[in-house]
Amino acid sequence: MSDIVVTGLGATTPLGGDVASTWAALLEGRSGVVPLDDEWAAQMPVRIVARLAVEPTDHLDRVQARRLDRCQQMALLAAREAWADAGSPDVDPERLAVVVGTGVGGARTMLGQDDVLEERGPGRVSPLTVPMLMPNGPAATVGLELHARAGVHTPVSACASGSEGISLALDLLRAGRADVVVAGGAEACIHPLPMAGFARMRAMSTRNDDPERASRPWDKGRDGFVLGEGAGLLVLERAESAKARGAHIYAILAGAGVTNDSFDMVLPQPEGKLAASAIRLALRDAGIDAAEIGHVNAHATSTPTGDIAEAGAILTALGDGAAVAGTKSMTGHMLGAAGAVESIFTILALRDQIVPGTQNLDDLDDDPRVHALDIVRGASRKTTLRAAVNDAFGFGGHNVALVFTAA
Amino acid sequence: MATTEEIQSGLAEILEEVAGVLPADATPEKSFTEDLDVDSLSMVEIATAVEDKFGVAIPDDELANIRTVGDAISFIEKNQS
Repeated sequence: MSDIVVTGLGATTPLGGDVASTWAALLEGRSGVVPLDDEWAAQMPVRIVARLAVEPTDHLDRVQARRLDRCQQMALLAAREAWADAGSPDVDPERLAVVVGTGVGGARTMLGQDDVLEERGPGRVSPLTVPMLMPNGPAATVGLELHARAGVHTPVSACASGSEGISLALDLLRAGRADVVVAGGAEACIHPLPMAGFARMRAMSTRNDDPERASRPWDKGRDGFVLGEGAGLLVLERAESAKARGAHIYAILAGAGVTNDSFDMVLPQPEGKLAASAIRLALRDAGIDAAEIGHVNAHATSTPTGDIAEAGAILTALGDGAAVAGTKSMTGHMLGAAGAVESIFTILALRDQIVPGTQNLDDLDDDPRVHALDIVRGASRKTTLRAAVNDAFGFGGHNVALVFTAA
Repeated sequence: MATTEEIQSGLAEILEEVAGVLPADATPEKSFTEDLDVDSLSMVEIATAVEDKFGVAIPDDELANIRTVGDAISFIEKNQS
């Protein structure tokens, strides 16, 4: 079976408007979390977010931008960057596929147009409402941009959507249904309703007076995630075609494992049993041993229960040998884009032989599973890496693990 | 009551905002779809903006008959209150 390789990366995140600036900020330990000072936020219990560092509309044609929801704008910019980075492969459009996962799609459009409906009636609702709110909108936007005709797909699995997108791309390439796949995730739902909903679940940090310190995976003082937004996309293809066209190969997407807790709609299975199974399946798929995994980019959202379950899963599946990083301490939680952007971090960790440091981890949780892990704290760590895992989990019980190996 | 010139310039502003049509290109003989590359969803947006700006109502069956910038100007002239 051919190796499936990564030949292009694109992202826009709370740390930067592209991959290079995001990665540089991440290695410096910078935070993308800022106060939420919009008028509507005054009465919200949560008043901190991780907004994009660069407004997408600053880099898009005005008329094109007004026809796209924010999540579609982000996906488009990430796709352009990834495609150019891959050297704009000369692929038959009927052999080019797109997979862009999202948690909620164009929620801002849906909610904004509902306001129009209530205030001004159905005759004033935008005719662009449906194409802007549909969850497959980001994927379709990218598909249109690149003329992808081998299929345009949208996995929706909450905060695992971006990683599920990459696992689906792996399947498409292995099955021979496409020669090149642009895959990842996009999310833009900083809006009063989703924020109020998450806050009512007590899922979000209320450390409003100290935004940069609010996202603190595995720290005793953690009190929930910080809502972020962003997009991340990878260009994936078979090694032979990448080599034949002389493309730069970042890393190999060696395997994927997908399971579901089917335990509770939102709570993780406390021991992380099925999350561990996802990691094991990904290892088996990649044909490598647990001991070879030198680094895990953990899902680690900074919630009290999730971080512990994941620590258990990593320990069960991999033991204590891998250097673990919780990069949401800097980016916040980009929901359906998280797995894709963090896959990019995992790939760049392999390229640069460095593990980003987890920030705000001042006082490690007492749970022995957390103590057993080698969590990289504070400064980034130079090391030797051959293989790494990216974890992503989502409401609904979704577990996705991806294994990348050095090129 | 807006004059023909005011209608033409007001319509040109809407076309620029919604569809990126340069004001100099928004001349009466131009077809929205064939010359100015305005798609059907944008036509609905333009009609809504015209209704708001000029106080006219454009029923869907009338909208279908508005093919050129000139058609829109005459419709507004006839129907503005």
